[in-house]
Amino acid sequence: MSIDVCNLSFSYGTRKVIDRVSFSARPNELLSVIGPNGVGKSTLFYCILGLYTNYSGQILIDGQDIKGLPLQKMSRLVAYVPQSNYPSFNFSVYDMVLMGTAAQISSISSPGARQRALADAAMERLGISHLRNRPYTRISGGERQLTVIARALAQQTKVLVLDEPVANLDFGNQLLVLTQVKKLARDGYTVVQATHNPDQAFMFSDNILAVHGGQVVACGAPSEVVTESMMQKLYSSNIVVESLYNDKVRVCVPKAVINDQF
Amino acid sequence: MPEEKWRVNKKLVILVLGLVLLFLFIFSFFWGRFSIGPLDLIKMTLSRILNIFSHDFVIEKTWTDTMESIFFRVRMPRVALACLIGCALSVAGASYQGAFQNPMASPDILGASSGAAFGASLAILTGHRALMIMLYAFCFGLLTMGLVFIISRKARGKQIIGLILAGIMVSSLFSAATSYIKLVADTDRQLPEITYWLMGSLNGADSTKFWMAFVPIVLGSLVLFLLRWRINILTIGDEEAKTLGVNTRKLRVVIIIFATLLTAISVAVAGVIGWVGLVVPHLCRRLVGNNFRYLLPASMLFGASFLLLVDNISRNFTTTEIPLGILTAFVGAPFFIYLITRRDEVV
Repeated sequence: MSIDVCNLSFSYGTRKVIDRVSFSARPNELLSVIGPNGVGKSTLFYCILGLYTNYSGQILIDGQDIKGLPLQKMSRLVAYVPQSNYPSFNFSVYDMVLMGTAAQISSISSPGARQRALADAAMERLGISHLRNRPYTRISGGERQLTVIARALAQQTKVLVLDEPVANLDFGNQLLVLTQVKKLARDGYTVVQATHNPDQAFMFSDNILAVHGGQVVACGAPSEVVTESMMQKLYSSNIVVESLYNDKVRVCVPKAVINDQF
Repeated sequence: MPEEKWRVNKKLVILVLGLVLLFLFIFSFFWGRFSIGPLDLIKMTLSRILNIFSHDFVIEKTWTDTMESIFFRVRMPRVALACLIGCALSVAGASYQGAFQNPMASPDILGASSGAAFGASLAILTGHRALMIMLYAFCFGLLTMGLVFIISRKARGKQIIGLILAGIMVSSLFSAATSYIKLVADTDRQLPEITYWLMGSLNGADSTKFWMAFVPIVLGSLVLFLLRWRINILTIGDEEAKTLGVNTRKLRVVIIIFATLLTAISVAVAGVIGWVGLVVPHLCRRLVGNNFRYLLPASMLFGASFLLLVDNISRNFTTTEIPLGILTAFVGAPFFIYLITRRDEVV
């Protein structure tokens, strides 16, 4: 299943936060959305998830216009992984993953054998089966994100939308989560994620969408987007982009550091 | 498999809670100022049951008419009503906690009890009886919850605090209104009735009251019981819940309406019995975790046992019956302090 966004605009009252945005993501693709804070990344995701419906333009998932689709149908098309957060009540990892199956059963029933099997398979796939009975708040931040990703897998969609999945995680946990996300894209999922780290976007993504002021300023292969001029435009500071290991890695460094200007 | 063991354990806990309730239920029949021996009690009950089918069976009557009358007209309805109301208040509390994503929510803290109490007082003042008292209590309970819900949504800052503050505010407003009703009530008849009833008591329980409360409480509990797994999803936040395909607004409204029905009926038949709706669900969280699939049945059984036990104490340990609301406050207030100061959490 692919996502096609055409000419999407969205305003909060009179303030336009998304302005004629168009892009596509295909199966097997990990698309990273980069851009400064408050640029409308979360709003864009809420539109794709069907949470905001009063946008103009068109969003197609698997060729189907999602405007006005009921929540239950939407939840069969796209799954969402929010920024790491604490729920009001502590559930076990397994209970948390099972929640992904909500749309498959009626309001008055609890998950059955089929749903439990889906939850088990999702945890197995992400390597968190050993955590099943642990409290969600008592595992590491990376494991928490993997739990929410497992919930998204149990939802049985082919499109995953992740909003800064590694925000607030330490370096090791960031790698743990991003490696799994990348693997999912390789396995055929269509993955769209927001990130604040251009180095990581370069390392892990197949394509990068750069957004500034609600508009798309660049979209394409990482090597085309993570360039000095683009980084300076996005983050409005003097940045040097260094290429390492045959351009498998690019590192963004503030010029001030190199020139001892502190 | 560890997971299977874990699930069986939770079911086992619920089974044990059920057995405790059964034991307390039977035990309560013997326990009272007017003592009825076990043998007489069994014969009496058997004779009643047999009489339903045929009048030919005759069991030798070893008991007095007073015994029979006290047992069937006073003690049995009271014991059954205590279970019913303990169950209703606990289920309402647990459901409010889920619907408002707030561990501090309960019928009394949210103001549903005060609203229902005002409605019921108003009905007593205007000379209404039984069914109309319930209806008034339900309408004003719903009105209160609507107000609290809207105010807490508009309040800035932390949701948990906003909701509790809105509850306190609306609750004190309705308490003041209830005080005004007491002021204008007829001091010979209505005032004592309202005052005593407000303190929470099962003193006036009879089988009419029981059956009137039975139907709506079973209905409300059944609806919430069926929706119990879904309530989990409301607690993780609205946006996430919606992306899982759950219509959060509709589900939340349904849960609040039925939890308020349970609260209002309890208040209408037994006055304001505080704390049960907060204390019982939290004790059950300790036993079976936060998953409503197990939490709700556990709360039902535990709540019924809890109020039955407290009512037994109220009936038997003191010469003048202490109203239930006073006793539950003695248990509830220290528990609340424990709740806000504790650190550890279990699933």
